Amino acid sequence: MPENPVLRRRIRGRPLSAGGYGTTASLVLVSPLILLLVSAFAYPVGRLLWNSVFTPEPTLAHYARIIAEPLYLIVLWRTFEIAFIVTALAFLLGYPVAYAMARVQGRRAILVAACVLVPLWTSVLVRSYAWIVLLQRNGIVNTVVQEMGLSKAPLQLLYTEGAVILAMTHVLLPFMVLPIYSTLRNIPDEFAKAARNLGASAPQAFLRITFPLSLPGAAAGTLITFILALGFYITPALVGGPSTLMMSTLIAQQTTELLDWPFAGALSAILLVSTLLLAALYRRALSFSKGFSNG
Amino acid sequence: MARVFAGLGLSLVLFFLILPTLIVISMSVGTSSYIAFPPEGFTFKWYAQYFQDPDWMAATWFSLRIAGITTLAATVIGTLAAIALVRGCLPGKEFVQAVTIAPLVVPHIVVAVALYLTFAPLGLTGNLYGFVIAHTMLAVPYVVITVGAALQRFDPALELAALNCGATRLQAFFHVVLPNILPGVAAGGVFAFLASFDEATVAFFISGIEGKTITRKMFEDIDFNLTPVIAAVSTVLTLVSLALMGTIEIARRRNEANSDG
Amino acid sequence: MHGASVSLRELDKRYGRVQAVDQVAIDIRPGEFLSLLGPSGSGKTTLLMMVAGFEQPDSGVIWVGDRDITHVAPNRRDIGMVFQRYALFPHMTIAKNIAFPLRMRRFSKEMMSRAVANALELVQLEGFETRLPSQLSGGQQQRVAVARALVFKPPLLLMDEPLGALDKKLREQMQIEIKRLQQSLGITVIYVTHDQEEALTMSDRIAVMREGHLEQIGSPTELYDAPATAFVADFIGKMNFLDGECLRHDARCFEVAISRSGTIVLDSGSHPLVTSPQRGARVRLAVRPERIELVPYGSQNLNGLVEAVIFVGSSHTFLVRLAGGELLHVQCQASRAGNSLCEGDRVGISIPSNSVLVFPQMEC
Repeated sequence: MPENPVLRRRIRGRPLSAGGYGTTASLVLVSPLILLLVSAFAYPVGRLLWNSVFTPEPTLAHYARIIAEPLYLIVLWRTFEIAFIVTALAFLLGYPVAYAMARVQGRRAILVAACVLVPLWTSVLVRSYAWIVLLQRNGIVNTVVQEMGLSKAPLQLLYTEGAVILAMTHVLLPFMVLPIYSTLRNIPDEFAKAARNLGASAPQAFLRITFPLSLPGAAAGTLITFILALGFYITPALVGGPSTLMMSTLIAQQTTELLDWPFAGALSAILLVSTLLLAALYRRALSFSKGFSNG
Repeated sequence: MARVFAGLGLSLVLFFLILPTLIVISMSVGTSSYIAFPPEGFTFKWYAQYFQDPDWMAATWFSLRIAGITTLAATVIGTLAAIALVRGCLPGKEFVQAVTIAPLVVPHIVVAVALYLTFAPLGLTGNLYGFVIAHTMLAVPYVVITVGAALQRFDPALELAALNCGATRLQAFFHVVLPNILPGVAAGGVFAFLASFDEATVAFFISGIEGKTITRKMFEDIDFNLTPVIAAVSTVLTLVSLALMGTIEIARRRNEANSDG
Repeated sequence: MHGASVSLRELDKRYGRVQAVDQVAIDIRPGEFLSLLGPSGSGKTTLLMMVAGFEQPDSGVIWVGDRDITHVAPNRRDIGMVFQRYALFPHMTIAKNIAFPLRMRRFSKEMMSRAVANALELVQLEGFETRLPSQLSGGQQQRVAVARALVFKPPLLLMDEPLGALDKKLREQMQIEIKRLQQSLGITVIYVTHDQEEALTMSDRIAVMREGHLEQIGSPTELYDAPATAFVADFIGKMNFLDGECLRHDARCFEVAISRSGTIVLDSGSHPLVTSPQRGARVRLAVRPERIELVPYGSQNLNGLVEAVIFVGSSHTFLVRLAGGELLHVQCQASRAGNSLCEGDRVGISIPSNSVLVFPQMEC
């Protein structure tokens, strides 16, 4: 009885006996994926975390170290701080772009879409490289600054927190724009027109109608951006320096230089738990994350 | 007046977005060996250097082989799983769905370090199989998501109709289901290819001195040896991505326009 | 091509706590056109899905001819089916769509092309072989779906609201075409619909379903003239219901008080008495709009006020409000007298004894 909405929901939940695939068939179909995820994801990550608690014997010492040493607390704080600033910047810059993408027509629409999608489809490595080129001592930004007479000596731009924030904002901006765009696109233009017709000014119509309706997309974009920013590696590693150590670069340092696996495991656990908590906060947001770079 | 400001602000943001890509492309054809902008002259010599350098070529081929096998594996595994997740009767379906997208959510640095820890003693670092396993795991969520979406749009009555016409489950899949979700499968395959080919974090950790991907080679050169060859390589990478993603985007829009009309 | 008999024996199907199909037993004669009629959620589609093999009954048996198909896989049942939205394969041409059942049965190339040509001729779509389904109109797609379902000469054809997506005019035309095709082929058809007019037009017999069980099965005239329950009376055709209390019921006469509106006295013998109520029982009287006559005010026990006059071409429909608030639909031929009545006129209402059905009131 697919006509009945109540019943239909019931039937959808448990697929047609012949229309869908049975339990055994379904299990066979997902088993390669499960096998892959267990062996190449769950087991390695689990082992890393296990190490942090059970090496050499059951201990919380590695976690205690993070709290005890100010350096690590500073890194933790800086990671959240940078992620927060990047997210805020991405929202401020991204919302207007998403709005334009959803409302502009014709050739301009293609231009706006290209400006959003081309960076998204460009490797994070390439984009980080471009920011190095832009920000280095004899780079383009410094050349412009000096020619305009704003500064005599070249400025130290690269390997600063500002550089990391700038480059990360650029890399993550499309992840903010796209979810907002997709909700805005599904809000009929008629709503704002109706509000105008009912006496609202253009800003009022936007603030009271369009903006509230776009909040789910804004929340999704904000969350995805924040989550990605927390665990970002490539950009901070290339554009940042020792003074801009973040959780990800710290973990890398612990494993490649210091070979302190238990401590790297503890740091990973903290990063992982923060990420998963945020993800659980708005699980639906994740369905939007169709993008590519998880630096 | 407000409109002019809004338009100006928007143009600045768009310029900010597109600027790095333009810089890289223009630098790759500039003549000067240190980085300068605007670039002087026009040359393809950096590209020639890239294509003649055995190290770059080895890394490129290694990456291409990994990405090729990863695409195949991720597309098959992801498509099978998507069928079970969308059309199947699976205990704990929501849990499996959540686990499937986990590699997208968990920070890649954690995955990379964890894989290195597990792979190194097994000799899977700097190794084709190790890379294929790691990248298939990272790429498969994209396939599950795109094929899952295609299956959701697919009318199950078509499959019933095929069965009613006398087709077996397998015949119905190959004659009716697969041809109709093929755009989704192809898109998933392209995503998988790029997820592997452009992947840098995990590649950074599980590369070896011999088995080194193009992204790892780039990372090293950016850190130690900043030459315009990197700009040429970057441009090549970017063009590959743009060509593949652009094709999918155009196909998607055309498809959308068709179903709207 | 000869139709097969179909026998559904005590079919049961539950989804969790919902009894979707409840002990349904129907015997269908070879070559019969049987409609499963009912509102949404009545179980008619589930029943059809069971015959097609897409649902497994919890208990019961399905026979087609002398074959028990209850546990046969859907692809081995050899039953044609037309789906709600046709389910034409969008990536195959019309010819490939129609050839699909033959391809699955490993027919030779020549046999396939001959059968496809025949099937296309049958539905008058010659020359459409190389088109894609999306290039066809709704009505044409519908015919292709019929051709695909018939091309392998099944003895039984299932149709699941096949005309639901078409507009009224095309729908009526297709009803006639399908009926003509069915009769010329002699094939058995089980036809699911929620449109009672469609069921009346096409069916040899109609099975009315309600909440999973079979409410009544019979020919269109049986269902129209002698509905077994108030539900069937309401569902088939247009019906006026009047609730009242039985004042008197003896061998000669049956008197019912209709709230404050008046009383109706019926001849005990002459009307189909579905129930035999005692004095004081609450009853529901049912009468068709075309069986009521409007007479001069005061000449009857029952009077009303004309609230609206609706002209529908061949007839007028008068909405008459009784004193107790009940609204009656009264249909008169356009040519008949009494059409001079206007809104606001007072009229008497005459209901012939033999056109009133009496149901117990609790039932609805």
